[in-house]
Amino acid sequence: MGLQGTGFLLQCYLMLAASMFFHLGEQEEKCIIEEIPEDTLVTGFFLLEPWDVKALSKLPQLGLTVTVKDSNSEIMLSKRYGKFGKFTFTAHTSGQHFLCFKTNSTSFSVFARERLKLHLDVQMGEFTVGHNTDRTKDSMEALENSLRHLTEQMIHITRQQEFQREKEEVFRQISENTNSKVLWWAAVQTSILLVVGFWQMKRLKDFFIEKKLV
Amino acid sequence: MRCVVSNTRLSISCIRVRTGVSSFFLRSCRLSVFRMHGSLRVLLQVLWAQLLCGWVLGSELTFELPDNAKQCFYEDIIMGTKCTLEFQVVTGGHYDVDCRLEDPDGTTLYKEMKKQYDSFTFTAAKNGTYKFCFSNEFSTFTHKTVYFDFQVGDDPPLFPNENRVTALTQMESACVSIHEALKSVIDYQTHFRLREAQGRSRAEDLNTRVAFWSIGEAIILLVVSISQVVLLRSFFSDKKTTTTRVGS
Repeated sequence: MGLQGTGFLLQCYLMLAASMFFHLGEQEEKCIIEEIPEDTLVTGFFLLEPWDVKALSKLPQLGLTVTVKDSNSEIMLSKRYGKFGKFTFTAHTSGQHFLCFKTNSTSFSVFARERLKLHLDVQMGEFTVGHNTDRTKDSMEALENSLRHLTEQMIHITRQQEFQREKEEVFRQISENTNSKVLWWAAVQTSILLVVGFWQMKRLKDFFIEKKLV
Repeated sequence: MRCVVSNTRLSISCIRVRTGVSSFFLRSCRLSVFRMHGSLRVLLQVLWAQLLCGWVLGSELTFELPDNAKQCFYEDIIMGTKCTLEFQVVTGGHYDVDCRLEDPDGTTLYKEMKKQYDSFTFTAAKNGTYKFCFSNEFSTFTHKTVYFDFQVGDDPPLFPNENRVTALTQMESACVSIHEALKSVIDYQTHFRLREAQGRSRAEDLNTRVAFWSIGEAIILLVVSISQVVLLRSFFSDKKTTTTRVGS
């Protein structure tokens, strides 16, 4: 496990080092939004690097706090990691999940505005397409793996569709609500207009008769 | 789960990013027998996978862009890879954002102001870090949610054909065609999801606006009409003495 684990970590590191990254200032929190259907396993890999490679020695401890909040603002995961790691969680409810990253580096350097690079990779599901080098003998296993991958894709699609149906229902409710509001308030305003108009005329007529102008 | 890039008019998106990493994990879990040359094999696997994975990276993200803010993303790209950037604004204001893509020397490859969605394909001419930024600096108080998808290179094949001695069997080619079909389904699904989110956001805005303005108008109507009567009465009550003089 030792060598394989190291190989895996090295692989992750190399993959992440070449992946997309964005700036993260110290003590700054950046969030990404993911629409996740329920019962989906989400895995995230990240790598934190200083912006300037030469400054590597000056920053002793790089850490990252990962907070995952679901659509009801409940915190699903809140953990501190070192500069390189992996986090997993399972989404219990369908909806928008907020994955927030915040650095908590413990350096007290004068370069308070130093920025860090955060490499990120978020995956959904357990089985993904693999680069299998030693597959020439194990064609059955390769086939099995791809079938699992396809099944997982289909399950993901079905879950997304269920979620989509719920959202469309909400959308339709909002539209019908707007429609009835428009109708109701238009009727109310017209009746106010008529009532107030009659009241105005009546008051003025009484007033002028009283003042003997008419 | 893999992504598919399609350059149709509407911005199509991809679902999932990288491969290779979790599959390696699965494979290393299954390797129960640890042989003498295992270490060399692991090293070779790492190097080979890295080489192969160098051209299959891509990312899709949804993030919130506050008003007057600019958010940049960077990616290291090897020369010669075909890349595609697509973005769509999901919620906020007039649903538009500024986008700009620069190569490692700072030359602007793509720059558009106030676009709702767009798709841009280019081939990397140099090695280095490419940067793309989304800016909401023209807006004063609306936060925008932006979705983007940056695809670098091609998708990895379901059955890698490096060590292949025969053509794909019928089962394998069936799997490959199902895989392609499912990828495009996921594609369209994400596109549809974004459109629906945008539509729903507009509907919610409309709803609150209708409620707000209706109540406001009703109140204004009442206030104005009552004050009209009061004002008119106040005119006549002062000039009571003068009108008689004008009449005679």
